[in-house]
Amino acid sequence: MIDQIDLSMVDWARAQFALTAIYHWLFVPLTLGLSFLVAIMETIYVKTGNPEWKKITKFWMILFGINFAIGIATGIILEFQFGTNWSNYSWFVGDIFGAPLAIEGIMAFFLESTFIAIMFFGWNKVSKGFHLTASWLTAIGASLSALWILVANAWMQSPTGMEFNPNTARNEMVDFWAILFSPMAYNKFLHTISNGYVIGAIFVIGISSWFLLKKRHILMAKRSILVAAIFGLITSIFLAVTGDGSAYTVAQNQPMKLAAMEGLYKGKAKAGLIVFGILNPDKKPGDRENSFLVKLEIPSLLSILGWHNADAFVPGVEDIVNGGYKPWFENIPEEEKEMAYSVAQKIEKGKLAISALRDYKTATRAGDSILAKISQRKLEQNFNYFGYGYLNNPESVIPNIPLTFYSFHIMVILGAFFFLLFILVLYFVSKNKIEKKRWLLHISLWTIPLAYIASQAGWVVAEVGRQPWVIQDLLPTVAAVSMIDTNSIRITFWIFAGLFTALLIAEVMIMVRQIKIGPKEGGIK
Amino acid sequence: MTVGKKLWAIIIIKIFIIFAILRLFFFPDFLNSKSDTDEGKGEYVREQLINRN
Repeated sequence: MIDQIDLSMVDWARAQFALTAIYHWLFVPLTLGLSFLVAIMETIYVKTGNPEWKKITKFWMILFGINFAIGIATGIILEFQFGTNWSNYSWFVGDIFGAPLAIEGIMAFFLESTFIAIMFFGWNKVSKGFHLTASWLTAIGASLSALWILVANAWMQSPTGMEFNPNTARNEMVDFWAILFSPMAYNKFLHTISNGYVIGAIFVIGISSWFLLKKRHILMAKRSILVAAIFGLITSIFLAVTGDGSAYTVAQNQPMKLAAMEGLYKGKAKAGLIVFGILNPDKKPGDRENSFLVKLEIPSLLSILGWHNADAFVPGVEDIVNGGYKPWFENIPEEEKEMAYSVAQKIEKGKLAISALRDYKTATRAGDSILAKISQRKLEQNFNYFGYGYLNNPESVIPNIPLTFYSFHIMVILGAFFFLLFILVLYFVSKNKIEKKRWLLHISLWTIPLAYIASQAGWVVAEVGRQPWVIQDLLPTVAAVSMIDTNSIRITFWIFAGLFTALLIAEVMIMVRQIKIGPKEGGIK
Repeated sequence: MTVGKKLWAIIIIKIFIIFAILRLFFFPDFLNSKSDTDEGKGEYVREQLINRN
């Protein structure tokens, strides 16, 4: 039956999801970052009583409001797609995905919406302290509502805390805390929100630099830069630390993604980290071509970062496909602790799991409890490989290596650049020389789009790097997709492309207009 | 027109498009078209999982 699946349908459904997620993620990080910066600026206003800080707070709050208003509900379309395009997946994940999303909905609605209303319309209507509390709770609420969707995403990358019920064909949550506190979940959450904070800081520095270049609102711009540079510097350190944590969890749970991130075809001990490299476009897994045309590598660093051990063996793409190596990673079935299976062996075990599900169904219908028990046992024994049963050949576990590799390195290089930028900006603003450094002001302004590129590149690594899996090892895209008409997905893809592009243009136009108007006493009216 | 009015207009139009057009006409719940009950939906997905390999 898998041969009857229209692969272009799978690709269109994936493309539609990617498009929606990319656009959604253009709005979210600025909301996360700017909300905290606004709360910090308002705190300074409340502490000092200086009306200039109130003006500064209100200016950034208006930009936050524009971004929030235009971005709101763009994520709900992803949930529509689960029910229409990915119905097998939606059913299969059961309450593991439903529960966090429900909590997210409640949290986003009650916490964010309530306090955002006070934040925007409560000036002069509530006390300073109450208003400040609302601003902080808006910021905290925005980050917390991101927690739940990221927990759900982390579960897909590293499924844990559940049991598969063969009667309902659903995974059932057996350990909520294991899902919430899995290393993948908390690293993903912290890394993603700190990315939002860094984008917020770069946005404030960039727009303030524009004011300095235009010699307008100089005091506001310098004060904004000071706050944003300190916030950006602290959060970019946090971003690097959580990035290291994320890479470690990828090494432990998704070795193929790590190999793709580093363009590592053949594994080795004391593996080096590629600082810069150009992949050989002619390289294919298993051939004798060099993986790189050019590369700059730090010896042993990949083994250290991925396994906290310089001698650790890092499996490459070919090792993972062929198996037969001793795995260092933790999250691996007991039977593979000594020697990793090849993908061909895993496909066999996946097919055994699926046939056990079939036998279980037949036995329960026939009332044969003994055969049902035997089949259930066989299913449980092979369930870790369930998704492999849908793959036609071992090479299908290899994601798009160039896209994953370049996205990862663009993200890391830009992350390091942002850190240096924050240091430079902080140095010159604290020396009161920033407005004379026009080159730095230009760089700061043009770093705004780079921050978005880095952020999107991070998601490309996370999502493209785990292909073909929707749920790691358990469900590939070909088994997760609904049997629907490709044309309907194609039509909605273009509707979304139009809708989101219109929203993005509206956001940029309204933002630019508001920035040109600059700060004034009033808020959003 | 102040920015607040513009934003409210965008929010209302967007929510209308998302819920009244996209949700109703383009994004039906696929499993609802297969069965009205959870048992029926589970059975459909189980068949899919068994027969797609």
